[in-house]
Amino acid sequence: MRFKWWHGALIFALFLAVLSPLASSSPDGLERIAEDKGFMETAREAFFEAIPDYMVPGIKSEAVATILAGLIGTLLVFAIGYSLARLLKAKGEA
Amino acid sequence: MHIPDGFISAPVATVGCVVAGGSVAYAVKATKKKMGEKQIPLMGVLAAFIFAAQMLNFPIAGGTSGHFVGAALAAILLGPWRGILIMTCVLVVQCLVFQDGGLFALGVNILNMGIIASFVAYHIYRGSALFGEGRKRKLIGGGLAAWFSVAIASVACAFELAISGTVPLKIALPAMAGIHALIGIGEGLITAAVLNLIMATRADLLELQKA
Repeated sequence: MRFKWWHGALIFALFLAVLSPLASSSPDGLERIAEDKGFMETAREAFFEAIPDYMVPGIKSEAVATILAGLIGTLLVFAIGYSLARLLKAKGEA
Repeated sequence: MHIPDGFISAPVATVGCVVAGGSVAYAVKATKKKMGEKQIPLMGVLAAFIFAAQMLNFPIAGGTSGHFVGAALAAILLGPWRGILIMTCVLVVQCLVFQDGGLFALGVNILNMGIIASFVAYHIYRGSALFGEGRKRKLIGGGLAAWFSVAIASVACAFELAISGTVPLKIALPAMAGIHALIGIGEGLITAAVLNLIMATRADLLELQKA
């Protein structure tokens, strides 16, 4: 298979996922406001958990758990986006 | 800006789901006739890049962080409807797999970070073409479009919280808009940097949104 431009782009996205343990762990804008304005406690837990907090459960190292979660998510989102586009093209031509 | 369950009321969540469902259905209809061979891998890698980049929270003032949203980049490269589809892929996976953003709040999150952010960015970017067609204009237009996409999405989020009775508008609006005016600078810089990279390597990809 010839190397195409988007292979490079996908590798770049996976590289970003590997950097994910370096991300700031401070609350984001909405979480900060929810804490400051006192409505954080109204948040409800999810009904089920798969990979909560972007960390694959059962792995001791937080960095490894985060990188794995990032790689899984990046590949999953790529597969869904690519398949959706291919499906749409096929439907458009039908 | 991912809203968890509990922050918004059932009526607001329901309206969000209806609007998001209708928009995604229309986006499917509007884009399927115009899906070219080049768009297919671009949809996949853009979704992948946006997911990965969203994990990289960057610190802003006062122990707060922000992260890239990506709707502006997607809408500038592929148009607002395909932008909505890309953001929906990302937000659905974040919700179902990573418990980021509530299940009932998924529609509202798609509305804010997918639909509103995509359309705001797309129209500001297209509007900036009135000031010329050069490379500098595209970078500035793209950066501004990205800043507004985050700022307006955060204003929408403030209204949704206020209508839900979670926090009064006079508190939510300045707080959300203020913090996201800062986070939006990051969005603008990242969007301009990616556009710059694409212009230097594959300028033809910038023409795809017209299709």
